[in-house]
Amino acid sequence: MLQIKDLHAGIEGKEILKGINLTIRPGEVHAIMGPNGSGKSTLASVLAGRSDYEVTGGSVEFLGKDLLDLAPEARAGEGLFLAFQYPVEIPGLSTINFMKTAVNEVRKYRGQDALDAAEFLKLMKEKMSLVNIDKNLLTRSLNEGFSGGEKKRNEVFQMAMLEPKLAILDETDSGLDIDAIRIAAAGVNAIRSKENATLVITHYQRLLDYIVPDFVHVLYNGRIVKSGGKELALELEETGYSFLKNEMNIA
Amino acid sequence: MSTITTIKDKAQQLGTATLDALQPVRTAALASFDQLGVPAVKHEEWKYTRISQLFNQSWQLGVDHSNTDADWQAFRLPEFETANELVFINGVYNEAASTVRSAGLVVLPLEEAAAGEYAQIVSKHLGHSGKYLKDGINALNASFMVGAVFIGVKRSTEIEHPVYIYNITDGRTGNVFAQPRTLVHVAANAGVVLVETYGSIGVADHFTNQVMELVVEQDARVEYYKIQNDTSRSSLVSTTHFRQVGKSYVHAVTISLNGAMVRNNLNMVMEAEHCDSNMYGLYFTSDSCHVDNHTIVDNAKPNCLSNEYYKGILDGSSTGVFNGKIFVQQDAQKINAFQSNKNILLSDDANVYTKPQLEIFADDVKCSHGCTVGRLDEEGLFYLRSRGVTEASAKSLLLHAFAIDILDQIRHDALRAYVDQLISERLGT
Ligand SMILES: Nc1ncnc2c1ncn2[C@@H]1O[C@H](COP(=O)(O)OP(=O)(O)OP(=O)(O)O)[C@@H](O)[C@H]1O
Ligand SMILES: [Mg+2]
Repeated sequence: MLQIKDLHAGIEGKEILKGINLTIRPGEVHAIMGPNGSGKSTLASVLAGRSDYEVTGGSVEFLGKDLLDLAPEARAGEGLFLAFQYPVEIPGLSTINFMKTAVNEVRKYRGQDALDAAEFLKLMKEKMSLVNIDKNLLTRSLNEGFSGGEKKRNEVFQMAMLEPKLAILDETDSGLDIDAIRIAAAGVNAIRSKENATLVITHYQRLLDYIVPDFVHVLYNGRIVKSGGKELALELEETGYSFLKNEMNIA
Repeated sequence: MSTITTIKDKAQQLGTATLDALQPVRTAALASFDQLGVPAVKHEEWKYTRISQLFNQSWQLGVDHSNTDADWQAFRLPEFETANELVFINGVYNEAASTVRSAGLVVLPLEEAAAGEYAQIVSKHLGHSGKYLKDGINALNASFMVGAVFIGVKRSTEIEHPVYIYNITDGRTGNVFAQPRTLVHVAANAGVVLVETYGSIGVADHFTNQVMELVVEQDARVEYYKIQNDTSRSSLVSTTHFRQVGKSYVHAVTISLNGAMVRNNLNMVMEAEHCDSNMYGLYFTSDSCHVDNHTIVDNAKPNCLSNEYYKGILDGSSTGVFNGKIFVQQDAQKINAFQSNKNILLSDDANVYTKPQLEIFADDVKCSHGCTVGRLDEEGLFYLRSRGVTEASAKSLLLHAFAIDILDQIRHDALRAYVDQLISERLGT
């Protein structure tokens, strides 16, 4: 469903992604790991359409469409969702009001009728219990004054509301306590299906106990330098990234 | 003949020809206007608002308004069926069009109030704004005090329905200059909600120079809303001068959405201990609209609280001006005075000039002020768009989120819904 070919991207003339190749098929779960500053969030942002980053080469196809050609909202409409590593605070806008607009605009994009107030409420209740999020949080200003964990939980809630085909979770586990990780993973697993895929960016094996990946990739210095099965994550947990320098030197 | 000469002639005609209790006030005001003239750009208080240019064109003054018929009704505010409605057309109170329903609410021609039961109140308070606004514009309004109104709220009465005040100009016979004037007296332990709005009839240039002075007695409560959404050919100087003479509460909200050149003067003179006042404002402008909010808080006595918060969204080639003065006099200890002004510029051609001015002569006070000018938050915009919200909707959600803490200060439900609707139309949602 997602095909990234030799993707190069950067900011202000500085190249960050230096030729990424990655294919994700329906039903798969991929994990990307890698040291700080290696370009994981940049990759996620480029896929979601953040305009600060300039794509200087390569291509990305998503469900048969040229993803890089689409506006961020169209990407969401097509079924892409990015849970931000650092969710944005918006004073004066509640999650509920935001989601009302988002859900209905995504439905419109997909050619579905808008939900009326009652239908929206029903959907919201269902997803709230799925990710175990408090209503109070959703009526407050978006992410403003939320704890780190609350912000992440809110990201998972929004993901559940929008029912994406490809969810990209950028360090959604950081800041979450172990119960919250379990709940977040349950949220992800609940929308998992043969048609949907997930890309998990994480530093910790812990999350992958709950969201079990089919593939694990190591991103280093703007390239995927190693790929493997779920055992690669365990291996990384043991050895860290020091091996990278050696391998890179050899290569 | 120059515009100013024509205006003075007209003021003189009205001033001498109308032999009522206000005649000496008008005559003195005209002398004062004569001396002060129209503020030029070099006048510190009018630096960014070139009011003098309005005096380069010709205006009709004192236009007959009696056949304005029902056209003013297009500007009626929600739930007008139960409200008190006071209609000014071309600056002159139109009794036939007006309705006073609530018990405890007194509406009289100002000259009648000045000659009767309220004579003392009128002589004590009328023209007090002139002490703070030493410019020809304020004096000019006073020199035209014909068709002015006294509004009295009787002691210990809560006026159940709002008092809507319509400042209408009818320009169907040409450019029109109107100068409505009101003196409001809210007696001890009384409460009232006042709403002012503005409307222009006919395709012409409109200029309104309006003054409302309000006296708020011990334990009285006033909610005051000003809604400005007039045409792009309608200029306005709107002065609202509160005098809190007893421990009292004032809550003022100014919403400015359109007009040619709009200047609001909002003064809060706190002459008693334990006064509490709020001043909120939202200006959301586009095209070449110019909105200037000048505010003065004068603390003469200790233990008062003032809370001022203005927000601006400026699009097109529009201009916003905010100037907030806070005086704390020597004896006014234990004052809390807060002031904040935040602006979002939506276009490269929009401008904002913001200036706090604190003059504090007491030592035990808490004053804070701050102002910001920024752009729409790109991070926020991307966040919303990444969830499927179109760019246009994301912008309007962010702008609405920015404006909401001011809109939330409109405590009258029907009016809040009305303003929300105007904002939504502006945001295109
Ligand atoms: N907006 C930006 N401006 C300048 N440099 C940037 C910007 N965004 C990313 N970078 C740089 O690109 C590199 C990759 O950053 P990125 O956030 O993608 O790393 P990451 O792998 O997600 O790291 P972490 O594990 O710490 O989240 C870093 O060196 C970072 O400083
Ligand atoms: Mg990152």
